[in-house]
Amino acid sequence: MQHSTVYENALALSLHGAMKTFGPVVALADGTIELRAGEIMALCGENGAGKSTLVKILAGVHAPDTGEFIVAGQHCSFKSVADSKAMGVSVIYQEPTLFPDLSVAENIFIGRQPKNRLGLIDHGRMRKNAATLFERLGVPMDPARRAEGLSIADQQLIEIAKAISLDAKILVMDEPTAALSGVEVDRLFKVARSLRDAGAAILFISHRFNEVMDLSNRITVMRDGRYIDTHLTRDVTVERIVRDMVGRDVDTLFPKTEAALGETVLAVDKLGRKGVFSNISFEVRAGEIVALAGLVGAGRTEVARAIFGIDKRDAGSVTVAGKALPPGNPQAAITSGIGFVPEDRRKQGLVMDLSVARNTALTLRHKFSRFGLIDGRAEKRTAATWSRKLQVKTSSMDQAVSTLSGGNQQKVVLAKWLATEPKVLIIDEPTRGIDVGTKSEVHRLINELAGHGMAILMISSELPEVLGMADRVLVMHEGLITAQLDRNEATPESVMYAATASQEKNS
Amino acid sequence: MSESATATVDTSQALSGTQDVRGPRWYTGRDAIMVYILVVFLLYAMITIPRFATPVTTGFLLLDVIPTLLIAMPMTLIIITGEIDLSVASIAGLSSAVLGVMWAGGANIWVSMAIALFVGLLAGIFNGVLIAFVGLPSLAVTIGTLALFRGLALVVIGDNAVANFPKEITAFASSKIGTTGIPVMVIPVLVVVVFFGLLLHKTAFGRGLYAMGYSKDAAHFVGINEGRSKFWLYVASGLVSASAGIFWTLRYTSARSDNASGLELTVIAAVLLGGVSIFGGKGSVPGVLAGVLLIGSLNYALRLGRVSDVVLVTVTGLLLIASVIAPSISSAISTWRHDQKLRRQLSDEATATAVN
Repeated sequence: MQHSTVYENALALSLHGAMKTFGPVVALADGTIELRAGEIMALCGENGAGKSTLVKILAGVHAPDTGEFIVAGQHCSFKSVADSKAMGVSVIYQEPTLFPDLSVAENIFIGRQPKNRLGLIDHGRMRKNAATLFERLGVPMDPARRAEGLSIADQQLIEIAKAISLDAKILVMDEPTAALSGVEVDRLFKVARSLRDAGAAILFISHRFNEVMDLSNRITVMRDGRYIDTHLTRDVTVERIVRDMVGRDVDTLFPKTEAALGETVLAVDKLGRKGVFSNISFEVRAGEIVALAGLVGAGRTEVARAIFGIDKRDAGSVTVAGKALPPGNPQAAITSGIGFVPEDRRKQGLVMDLSVARNTALTLRHKFSRFGLIDGRAEKRTAATWSRKLQVKTSSMDQAVSTLSGGNQQKVVLAKWLATEPKVLIIDEPTRGIDVGTKSEVHRLINELAGHGMAILMISSELPEVLGMADRVLVMHEGLITAQLDRNEATPESVMYAATASQEKNS
Repeated sequence: MSESATATVDTSQALSGTQDVRGPRWYTGRDAIMVYILVVFLLYAMITIPRFATPVTTGFLLLDVIPTLLIAMPMTLIIITGEIDLSVASIAGLSSAVLGVMWAGGANIWVSMAIALFVGLLAGIFNGVLIAFVGLPSLAVTIGTLALFRGLALVVIGDNAVANFPKEITAFASSKIGTTGIPVMVIPVLVVVVFFGLLLHKTAFGRGLYAMGYSKDAAHFVGINEGRSKFWLYVASGLVSASAGIFWTLRYTSARSDNASGLELTVIAAVLLGGVSIFGGKGSVPGVLAGVLLIGSLNYALRLGRVSDVVLVTVTGLLLIASVIAPSISSAISTWRHDQKLRRQLSDEATATAVN
């Protein structure tokens, strides 16, 4: 297929001037996108740029207030997800929701299982059909297997298989690679390219520029709920895209400043949890940023959870500023001075329906108590102070955090932990799903905190972030620390080597 | 979920240019609406029902409402954490039976009451351990104990009824403050209401309950001990239910195994009517207070109008369903109003540009 000719390909879908508001919040002011058959269009934009709302309009989850929406030459107004599926639009989400108790094949054909003469489900035919689908995708997968325990990458492939079985002409992938390892990303891209070459139109959303440049034919950029521009990928540079996204130049992504290292604050000794990780020992000193690198599933988050006491540990000890921490007790960890910014801010970091003030003050609820009763004004004051320090964009302290953009939500999570004035801050994926502008703000903030003597343990799947921020890099592979690299030793090669080649460790 | 959450914010400022999003104000919140409905209903009842606006009515109405109000307090906190306790009426029945048997067996009345309370405490601990520490679903556990505790009550007292309680105590249970018609027992009940109100709205513990109701994970990450909080709620529920059972016994001067049976339905209906979300995370004690009084006075008014008990139960059931549906309807209405407004604004803009 000649990709230079995508502009002449048939228009698969077009949306012009779509607007969507929720109460007083304008989520999308001008949603505009054109997808042509046989192309992969990347959609870039900061968090809060309106990408998710646009995807939800395409998916039929939201109906736009205004705008012209044409799919396959027909004017459309989707009332439901079923409407959009009927028009051949399928959306693959970052984290698919399969039915864990059903087989892979049943998940694909749910609600439209092939029947035999008696009107019962024809399992044999269903499995054969599923197997054919996976063959077309070029990935081996057992259709009879239960969906429980499948990796996110495999679950996405099942969703894609389902989309193909529904004869989807338009595939929307909403940040599919966020939770995938390198190999899994490669496999997904192979599938995406083959679907494109078969004539499908694909909308691909990602915060990772190397993926966008690698995969897409064209790139559409959004900012502040508006369409900005569409470029041919081969004619455009990353710098240009970033400029479109933020409306200004982002000069340095990682403004690393050297901080003076102090005493050891966090000491982890021979920490173990059966079947998850073992023999984890390291220290973090005041003012030091230690990164925990490794592939997804290496056990990094699990180590952090065990340190903080969310999960129980089976072996080893954790010491904060010389004091041993009891196992499985987050409150004790907080009291002794650990803060934990978890990876999933929507589920773990925030109580989405509560206000900014309540969320910020949740970690300090005991501190604000006078004779057992909470001083509401002190609570609000503290929340306001930290929101201002971190420049959280919110109209009032009473606004529910669910109405904030992803970047601002992450700032609220940071605020609620910084308000406890921790000695150690554990940050799991500090910039996942966050826009470029806020990203560098978060990086600057982490550096600043280290500069003030905080010990920081950062878990990150983004190699540039690890290399750019960390004083020291611990690399994990299959539940073990396989390398401890100083800043000057840490290179993409040395980290990836330790993350994949566990057998070679310190022989 | 997020749609309905955003849709319930005040739409009056939509598209006015300011992005000022405030939470619901005190006079437009769900609990405020309940108070309005209550006031309107009371006025209506006073005007249309001849004997309604008298001290006698006030007295009987409040006496009727006390057990519901008492049990509604811990129930509010439990439902806010996303759990439920269906065994409350059976605990009240069990404590009533224990009180009767102890008294009939010759024990001192105060000792009998203390033991009845203690049995309620044990019942609460039993629920609490299974739900908070073993981790079983509260719906299943308390359906089980609903039958279990009622069964135990029958074992304890059988088909008998104990009625010969000391006159001065039974009289005190339904005595009034001067000529106001307001029962003396309202005072300790108000203390309980204020206690649970402060606990829910003004303490770190209460904050934790809301957080748990919304998101267990997020609550865990800020060091909230979910198990311990829930355990104490069920213990409190057991104790308060037993107190309600004791009050019930003394007020009607009758200890029976079927005392207060079916009361859990009224309590839960009142709590939900008071604006507590059955899904957890939302609700307030003032709202529940209004809900309890509304359901109580509605029942009383119907009874004055000689409506049978069967109809009363039917009405309670309908109110329960209505209170669960109400939030969805109100959010649908505000979404619709917002859409209308937007459409008007757009057509105004269109005419404006046409004129220009």
